Amino acid sequence: MKKRFILATAILSLSFIGCPPKTENAGGGAGTGGGAGEIVIGEYGSLTGGQATFGQSTHNGIMLAVDEINAGGGVNGRKFRIITEDDQSKAEEAANAVTKLISQNNVVAVLGEVASSSSLAAAPICQSNKVPMITPSSTNERVTQVGDYIFRMCFIDPSQGEAMANYLSRQVGMKRAAVLIDVKSDYSTGLAANFEKTFVANGGQIVGRQSYAQGDSDFRSQLTAIKATNPEVIFVPGYYNDIGQIAIQARDLGINQPLAGGDGWESPKLIEIGGKALEGAFYSNHYHVDDPAPAVREFVQKYEERYGAKPDSLAALGYDSTKVLADAIKRAGTTDGPKLRDAIAATKGFVGVTGTINLGPQRDPIGKKLVVLEIRNGQTILKAAVDPSAPAGGAAAPATDTTATNAPAGTAAATDSSTTGTAPSTSTARTQ
Amino acid sequence: METLLQNLLNGIAAGSIYALIALGYTMVYGILKLINFAHGDIFMIGSFVGYYAGGMLSKQLNAAQGGSASSPLYAALIMLLAMIICGFLGYLNERIAYRPLRNAPRIASLITAIGVSFLLEYGGQFVFGPDPKFFPTLVQKHVINIGGVVTTNYQLIVLGVAIVFMALLQFIVYGTKFGRAMRAVSFNFETASLMGIPTDRVISTTFVIGSMLAAVAGILYGLSYPKIDPLMGIMPGLKAFVAAVLGGIGNVPGAVVGGLIIGIVESFVGGSSYSNYRDAIAFIILIVILLFRPSGLFGKYQPEKV
Repeated sequence: MKKRFILATAILSLSFIGCPPKTENAGGGAGTGGGAGEIVIGEYGSLTGGQATFGQSTHNGIMLAVDEINAGGGVNGRKFRIITEDDQSKAEEAANAVTKLISQNNVVAVLGEVASSSSLAAAPICQSNKVPMITPSSTNERVTQVGDYIFRMCFIDPSQGEAMANYLSRQVGMKRAAVLIDVKSDYSTGLAANFEKTFVANGGQIVGRQSYAQGDSDFRSQLTAIKATNPEVIFVPGYYNDIGQIAIQARDLGINQPLAGGDGWESPKLIEIGGKALEGAFYSNHYHVDDPAPAVREFVQKYEERYGAKPDSLAALGYDSTKVLADAIKRAGTTDGPKLRDAIAATKGFVGVTGTINLGPQRDPIGKKLVVLEIRNGQTILKAAVDPSAPAGGAAAPATDTTATNAPAGTAAATDSSTTGTAPSTSTARTQ
Repeated sequence: METLLQNLLNGIAAGSIYALIALGYTMVYGILKLINFAHGDIFMIGSFVGYYAGGMLSKQLNAAQGGSASSPLYAALIMLLAMIICGFLGYLNERIAYRPLRNAPRIASLITAIGVSFLLEYGGQFVFGPDPKFFPTLVQKHVINIGGVVTTNYQLIVLGVAIVFMALLQFIVYGTKFGRAMRAVSFNFETASLMGIPTDRVISTTFVIGSMLAAVAGILYGLSYPKIDPLMGIMPGLKAFVAAVLGGIGNVPGAVVGGLIIGIVESFVGGSSYSNYRDAIAFIILIVILLFRPSGLFGKYQPEKV
């Protein structure tokens, strides 16, 4: 009896982890399509949970764009209305959120998510309902491969992993890298694989490979194993909330080598948690907040006025996604699914905050700019700007050997990054 | 060799936190045959008390003399405060949620425990906000290097404080009159009450003590892994539950040994090439224990009498 009781309770307890479904409707009551003159757009994002700043920043960016669009009279005389669903940073909740947006709120298009796992969970629902979905910042290349209604506004992991590997092996001259992967995240595993491929192709060596699960708090054993392999850099393509702790524990264990990562690091919380332990770390990003380009300056100023904080790259991508969607609706002249889809797919030369957006045949932007940042004194400084010249495009992305980074590394002049940041690097594809 | 020792050390430090939480599970189970699933969340509340108290103290001190709150004295005061608040919460939990169900079927209490757990988790999200927070530095951190094995004073503090509280508990249970009453209630609830033992008070006090230990674990956890959030109690809570079952649920030394074993095994799995199975290992242990030694390492096998 006792045995069975314990077993039953154990099973019960396991099945209850993270159970209660809780959706939140921040955008008001159920909308009824675009009938009342409004264009109803759905947004799903991680407003709470482990990656909360991703969703919050994206939401801020989207709302900034929407208010601008509405202040200018809307699109084709109709105003935008955003209905926001919180997915609590969980992929399964993302699927629920999007189902609700489409079936109950009859949204004409969906914006979201940041985390690739969540976008991958929601994309098939948008695809089968023929509702266009634009992910502002999911970099895993499989997201847009779900179907022809799924678009993205950011670069993809092959570009990102390649750029980081090129930067570390060619610019910094590193030969030995260890990787620490978040096994729960499609983003992390994909980015790590792409990084490893280029790093090895450049003559480097992956000396250690360890994994953790999102939300873990103890990384000491993995880091101990990595330390024994004596790497020059540890590539940790995780999300910001784990990175700070990983950095602190690495320093505690006497690991003084720098950490490196991808755009999942981008959050105001990163340095708040990691503090001094993150000094000298590198990560790739979509834009740099101090970029002197007029589009960036204007956006940063408007954002700061409204929210009193500097926008991170996820806010910038949320803003761009909304503007691209508005542009497509204008060109399509309708919110009808297939026509809107065609209009989004035809987006060319759209000047956004994060660079010029040209959607390719795989519905990924081609030649999207990428920056490598270093953390110094709690600030990010620009180390390199990269223009992946490879004809991106999802699955078709060829493994061309691009000399990705050629902006001068900031070396001793760790002053104002904007000076180095201006020159948009003209990278060249060597092989073809 | 260094790696081996390093993993062992990391495992003991993590394991002693599991052990402290496991003690709360095991005491309540021993006395009420109830698995108090809200225990992991009391642990979370303990961390949050430390977070807010530490934050306020730093602010006060900064305003007053430009000092910082990182001193062992303040850390001890904060821990005491967390213990008092969590102890009170544990009392309320028992008084409101479990006592009215004392004579109800056991499954009713169990479901209530799960309900209380959710209440604290999602109530915590509502009150504290769902974002991870950074636990304040209560004690200045020093890195200590002993022949290639690196530790921090935090790990030593965790170990030291855990040992002190475990010893204290051992003394309370086996060395005091109250402890004798506890054991009597645990042995047979009704007979104990017939013998004039105030069973309700004993049970309440057991909850208070268990919750205080959880508060200590919460503060130590916040110190070692300074990212805290309202759902942080779930995993350590479940693993501590496994530790309690492993040691023989209801058995005080068993919980300590169970906690240390879980911590050390996790540390070694995490440092091997199977690091992605680290979270699974505690539950694999649970299954194996339930299959081959359901009463745990130190538990006595009690056949069900008809």
